[in-house]
Amino acid sequence: MHYESHIREPLILGDKNYHDVSVEVARPIETAPPRSWWIAFSISMLLFLWGIGNILYTIGTGIGTWGLNKTVGWAWDITNFVWWVGIGHAGTLISAVLLLFRQKWRMSINRSAEAMTIFAVIQAALFPGIHMGRIWLAYFVFPIPNQFGSLWVNFNSPLLWDVFAISTYFSVSVVFWYVGLIPDFAMLRDRAIKPVQKHVYTILSFGWGGKAKHWQRFEEVSLVLAGLATPLVLSVHTIVSMDFATSVIPGWHTTIFPPYFVAGAIFSGFAMVQTLLIILRKMFKMEHYITIQHIEMMNIVIMLTGSIVGVAYITELFIAWYSGVEYEQYAFLNRATGPYAWAYWSMMTCNVFSPQLMWVKKWRTNIMFTFSISIVVNIGMWFERFVIIVTSLHRDYLPSSWTMFSPTFVDIGIFIGTIGFFFVLFLLYARTFPVIAQAELKTILKSSGESQKKHHTEDGHH
Amino acid sequence: MDTTEKILAHGEAGASSHQEGAEKAVVSAMFNDDDILMSSVKTLRAKGYTIHEVFTPFPVHGLDKAMGLKETRIAITGFFYGLLGLSTAIAMTYYMMVVDWPMNIGGKPSFSWIQNMPAFVPIMFELTVFFAAHLMVWTFFVRNGLFPGRKAMNPDPRTTDDMFLMEVELKGDRDQLIAVLKETGAVELH
Repeated sequence: MHYESHIREPLILGDKNYHDVSVEVARPIETAPPRSWWIAFSISMLLFLWGIGNILYTIGTGIGTWGLNKTVGWAWDITNFVWWVGIGHAGTLISAVLLLFRQKWRMSINRSAEAMTIFAVIQAALFPGIHMGRIWLAYFVFPIPNQFGSLWVNFNSPLLWDVFAISTYFSVSVVFWYVGLIPDFAMLRDRAIKPVQKHVYTILSFGWGGKAKHWQRFEEVSLVLAGLATPLVLSVHTIVSMDFATSVIPGWHTTIFPPYFVAGAIFSGFAMVQTLLIILRKMFKMEHYITIQHIEMMNIVIMLTGSIVGVAYITELFIAWYSGVEYEQYAFLNRATGPYAWAYWSMMTCNVFSPQLMWVKKWRTNIMFTFSISIVVNIGMWFERFVIIVTSLHRDYLPSSWTMFSPTFVDIGIFIGTIGFFFVLFLLYARTFPVIAQAELKTILKSSGESQKKHHTEDGHH
Repeated sequence: MDTTEKILAHGEAGASSHQEGAEKAVVSAMFNDDDILMSSVKTLRAKGYTIHEVFTPFPVHGLDKAMGLKETRIAITGFFYGLLGLSTAIAMTYYMMVVDWPMNIGGKPSFSWIQNMPAFVPIMFELTVFFAAHLMVWTFFVRNGLFPGRKAMNPDPRTTDDMFLMEVELKGDRDQLIAVLKETGAVELH
């Protein structure tokens, strides 16, 4: 058996055995939800319905209902798209990259982080869909024979690469998540007493029985999927950044975009994981599984990626000056001192300054502090995309068409609606799915459980 | 699990209380700890018994080797699925962009596939991953016989919670096998 150094903090607190883990993971599903769940669900549902109304209005009337104009042809929709895709990066990073690095602390958070990924990518995919204007022609983005003869999609276009990247990312994340869920659904199935629950979890668990050969294949598939998902997750935001980087707009046409976008995506994704998990652990009493140590680890990732993002901002400024291209120089000068300077400095404060506070151990292990920083980071990352998109466009090569962008209530409504939709999905997930990968977590109970660790220390080390 | 053993075991099927598919005579033993299970598996194997099946609530590391299971080849299939995806991407971009309807887009004419290849790298990568991941998972489901609505494969519901069920193929004296199982820590026998 594998023993872990007694210096390492336990990952599972309390005196637990395997059965306790099953009981506690199944509890949110088997018991009535707390009142806080209903409050959160009702609010999210209202926001979601408001969003649906606005989406229907957009589809029915056209994207003229948005605040776009002929200079700023891309604004909140693409900002929201990139923001949600970015958030969707942390899940796969936690479950795939940390699996390859054998980071065991991922085990109690990877299920929820992956759920978050999937739900965030659903929100993201909504925006290009409705921005098309005629959503009933959305199938034109796929390389299928159509009624115009052999008019194919353009494989040279980053927007098409995006279609492939997002579809692959979404579908691979879903199967990766589902393969991991099967043994946990089986646990719920075998515990279920109510006939409806039993029936549903029988369907969902695919008949899983935990045979030795099946576990062997399960572990191999998980490892290979992690190996495939790791470059995939990096490719997705790389390709999203190419939507901008391959254009000739000053402020977009930079080679730093792919790594800069990926770092930003991980940064915002981890912040959203913090927001959700802090709510989840409180609402469903998962404090023994999602410990302060987990929160601290994620804060360190936020601090690191926040610093990378900060370096990228400064590099961008330096290169704009160093390039000697006056359009590029103006674009950046305009960002920092122009009419959108408030957005630029909000971004700088939220993304560069606030994560640096995490150097203080006392603060990064404080839950309320972490929660507020996670919100601040998400606001900052939204502003980052807004700054990149709108401030680069609103003053283009022709000063007579310089203009400002102001969102209409429809722009705002759709954005708020996606936040509602995201939380509706997450809250439903939290009540019907095993929110912790319990089968995986049981493998480290003996080496990383609090009471088991104490026991080893007393036995072995003196 | 060769044929002679099967026939031998079948001949003695009357002695067993638990049968798997009425093919083999097996003795089922329940354990409550993975380390005890592992040492029991090793002891039984050393004594020449064949472990028919083990049901565990989580992957017990090293159990497959201790049971003498062959290594899985599912990762190799993943590699070939990836190659298939890559070939699909190459064939698709070649046919659509070069053969069927070549277009001059942004001053980048599609005279030959290789000249335009850098623009197709993202597609080639994504389809490689797409094919490898999805087809491998389908293979995983098919090889394990997993599908929506299938009846639970584990004979005892506790084996997805905290119990470990081992099925040993009966060989020789049943009481002797039971004695070994008890000695190595089985908490229940069927």
